[in-house]
Amino acid sequence: MKPTPSVSVALAGSGGAGVMTAGNMLLEAAALAGYYGLMTRTSGPQIRGGEAAAMLRVATFPTDGQDDRFQVLAAIDWQNVGRFAAELPLAPGSIIVGDPAQGEPPEVFTRSGARYLPVPLKQLAGQLAGAWPNMVALGVLAGLIGLSFESVEAAAKKAMKKGLEAGIAAARLGFSQASSLEGFSLEKPPSSSARWLITGNEAAGYGALRGGVRFVAAYPITPATELLEWLAPALAKVGGTLVQAEDELASINMALGASYGGVPSLTATSGPGLALMIEALGLGVAAEVPVVVVDVMRTGPSTGIATKSEQADLNIALYGMHGDAPHIVVAPNSLADCVAATAWAVGLAESLQVPAIVLSDQYFGQARAVVDAPVLEKQSLERLKAEGAEGYKRYALTESGISPMAIPGTRGTAYTADGLEHNEGGTPSSQTADHLAQMDKRARKVSQLDPGDAWASIEGEGETAVLTFGSCTGPVREAMARNGKGVKLVSLRLLSPAQPERLRKALEGVKRVLVVEQNHSGQFLRYLRSEYQLPGEVRSLRRPGPLPFRPEEVRQELLNWEETA
Amino acid sequence: MPVPSLEDFMSRAYTMELEATERYAQFAEQLDTHNNREVAQLFRKLSEIEALHAKRILEEMGWPSVPALPPAFAWSGAEAPETAPFDSLHYLMQPYHALEIALRCELEAVKYFDDIAAGAAPQRVRAAAKEMADEEREHVALIKQWMKKVPRPAAGWDEDPDPPRIAG
Amino acid sequence: MNAPFAAAALQPKDFKSGYKPVWCPGCGDYSVLTGVTKALAMLELRPENVAVVSGIGCSSRIPAYTNCYGFHGVHGRALPAATGLKVARPELTVLVASGDGDGYSIGGNHFLHACRRNVDLTYIVMDNHVYGMTKGQPSPTTEPDWRSKLAPGGTGLREFHPLVIALASGANFIARGFSGDPNGLAALIAEAVRHPGFYFLEVLSPCVTFRPEQRGWKEAVHPAPVAPTDDPGRAARRLMTDDGFNIGVLYKGSRAPFTGMAAAPTDSPEDLECLFRL
Ligand SMILES: Cc1ncc(C[n+]2csc(CCOP(=O)(O)OP(=O)(O)O)c2C)c(N)n1
Ligand code: SF4
Repeated sequence: MKPTPSVSVALAGSGGAGVMTAGNMLLEAAALAGYYGLMTRTSGPQIRGGEAAAMLRVATFPTDGQDDRFQVLAAIDWQNVGRFAAELPLAPGSIIVGDPAQGEPPEVFTRSGARYLPVPLKQLAGQLAGAWPNMVALGVLAGLIGLSFESVEAAAKKAMKKGLEAGIAAARLGFSQASSLEGFSLEKPPSSSARWLITGNEAAGYGALRGGVRFVAAYPITPATELLEWLAPALAKVGGTLVQAEDELASINMALGASYGGVPSLTATSGPGLALMIEALGLGVAAEVPVVVVDVMRTGPSTGIATKSEQADLNIALYGMHGDAPHIVVAPNSLADCVAATAWAVGLAESLQVPAIVLSDQYFGQARAVVDAPVLEKQSLERLKAEGAEGYKRYALTESGISPMAIPGTRGTAYTADGLEHNEGGTPSSQTADHLAQMDKRARKVSQLDPGDAWASIEGEGETAVLTFGSCTGPVREAMARNGKGVKLVSLRLLSPAQPERLRKALEGVKRVLVVEQNHSGQFLRYLRSEYQLPGEVRSLRRPGPLPFRPEEVRQELLNWEETA
Repeated sequence: MPVPSLEDFMSRAYTMELEATERYAQFAEQLDTHNNREVAQLFRKLSEIEALHAKRILEEMGWPSVPALPPAFAWSGAEAPETAPFDSLHYLMQPYHALEIALRCELEAVKYFDDIAAGAAPQRVRAAAKEMADEEREHVALIKQWMKKVPRPAAGWDEDPDPPRIAG
Repeated sequence: MNAPFAAAALQPKDFKSGYKPVWCPGCGDYSVLTGVTKALAMLELRPENVAVVSGIGCSSRIPAYTNCYGFHGVHGRALPAATGLKVARPELTVLVASGDGDGYSIGGNHFLHACRRNVDLTYIVMDNHVYGMTKGQPSPTTEPDWRSKLAPGGTGLREFHPLVIALASGANFIARGFSGDPNGLAALIAEAVRHPGFYFLEVLSPCVTFRPEQRGWKEAVHPAPVAPTDDPGRAARRLMTDDGFNIGVLYKGSRAPFTGMAAAPTDSPEDLECLFRL
């Protein structure tokens, strides 16, 4: 078969079958062979033993989006795997690999026209003492997409602590089975470059440390938990601390307390936790205490679908606070950007003495990808600290709105950080003039922020523009790459404060705007309409989670529009 | 608590006066905040009087500052005998009430010094205590006279037709 | 210990801010403020090395009345804010102030977990059995038959027993004070600051505006008849049968405090890139 730049494969099976372990090894093998790629996962509602699938994409170009179709679906067994049909679209050219001993593949998959190739995974594994069918499947998949066996072996060596020999032997059996099957082949890998294998949650955690965070308090919640689990030992290494709080009310208030003490602080959560933190974020705004909240968005409202992605916390992040509460909202627009965006958010929170919300999502958070090593420039966004001074005024009305912040322990500058409205000196005040002056100051320091080019990623040129943010950016990028010319992408990274003048410039000459987002009500579109002037005709491409947009959907939308225009 | 020496006795007396000074000053401040200027003024005056007494003790003893009481020292009540408790106040109180408070404090002081004068302390201490007690008795008389000059509060002096205003 | 401070570097008044309390004259909280400033002077601390953290309520107004560093946060969340501060800045002395509504109702969960976490904090709850700041609603410690606008027939609910709950939650040090005795309070607060770990000090502090009958508390209080115990079983029995007016230290455990403190850094953040590098 003609080599292609990208192949997508999925490996499914019941809990205990080891599909995630095998999936991770396949991704690592691809990475070692010089390819880019990513792996996302899906699973049933059971805690243990339920059905699960590892979804991989291996490509010659950097990508963190899923492709339109899977070329290969392999299953160790078929129990309830049919539930994933919507997430695992196949095509007539696709291959289904299954163990005949486990029965026929479900009709939801075969009706796509995909070819079924039975491979006796269990029986093959049974030939080797201590070998597992998932390793046979790993070998089959590697063979079917044309990876070298050396890369599989190298990945297994890195990943397996026990049963390595049997594992490699099993994978070799699977690999040789694949050689008799007609599979796919990948184009040659691109020339090598510095790359990382990382999840979005790890990236955000790392970005937080690079931004200077040394205190984290949090309450576990899917899909933010891995971010915290990565941070706990990492913080210990860099001289920081993580406290597991009793709830999100406690986590945000602990973070505020630590930050008031002068230590850059962060908490991470998902929608339900963010809802609980809102009151204290208002305190952070009023008392001007920097803090960062990473919201790894999941499908809502309420408990929703805890393990799936959606971009539906935009409203609460932008507008959820009581009172007029200027603050920062940043959204990474690629998995790798979770590093820079989070580090930036920490810098903005610190330098502007204001809460910052980072809108990541389950898709980024839990996907693992091979990315070009992010280059983080040293940012000089630090907290303006007060030296001991005569007549110190914590909330002094400065031109920039930023007033020096005294750190407890500093002589001569003691003050009370207060959520009560206050005057310049920090004394509670219910005077109209003080309220107005302090509101103006708090608004001023946020609105005067000059984000430079970091406010958005702008790519391509054309009369049609696509406006999007977060994890929808990947599929849009890919759609544009396939479509050739004529489309301009503006993916916003700084959502608050809005940058109307910058967007106006970016959209000069644009006649049509397509707004792409993953939620039901068009939160991003409404936000754009209220904060910006959008030129020409505006269309919305949106749907709630959990299914990610596929590049072809976006491309079709653009094509149809151009044809009718 | 036994009073071992004149120094010890005088530093107690000084502390009593000092704490009374501070408490009356706090009362004045509280009533100022609550717009009861008349009583605030009265407490300020009481505070000044107590401060004078304290100063006089320093002068009499020739002390630049008062020697510390032993760490284990404690008053028999919650606070020094001449110190009015925080809960004595009411925002609508009248001068008469303030004088009632002062009277109670002076009477406590008289009793405190009388007890020492009649107790087993060294002669010098008992003599000094007697002198102090007499002085406090004079204050009692003065305050009683003062009370005659201010109107007695009518019934219902603490009524406020409006509900409390605080909110959080 | 309620000696004056002739020899101390700073006097109690040096810990007061120029900002005048808005409390009702007669309120017990004035006395707690005096107890706090006396204790800080007694401990020979400097105001800049002390932070006073609170939630919302009349009682929670205390930070701004001191000239220490203050954090007047949101209703019910004083303990988490103080926990964050103390863990991040262990060298600071951190006092936490709450009311019975702030600490036992909206912040009840934090109370349980602060007791078991045992971070080195002095937790002062000014208990007046009422929501003062919102004008007289029943709190968790209000008597079941106390009538108010919001509960005209009384709540009919059993009172919350903070000391027993603190003990059951693992508090290491439990004491009760009375606002009528600011010197006694100062001594308890000083002891609390010296004690490593979480020190729970419940202070009976009358609300003269909504519970004027609490002026009578001064007749009801009495020193605890026995020395503090370190046996939780015995303490539980004592606290369960306590009349609510025993003043003094009631339970004294010896659990080590939680510091959560990071060791000295072994790596720079950049060193952690090796975790991702291919
Ligand atoms: C989230 C929230 N809910 C309600 C309030 C209103 N509120 C302010 S203080 C308070 C209760 C205060 O009672 P307590 O803690 O006992 O303190 P006190 O005023 O009696 O000292 C309430 C309900 C608030 N500020 N925030
Ligand atoms: S309402 Fe009650 S608690 Fe509040 S200040 Fe007045 S007396 Fe104190």
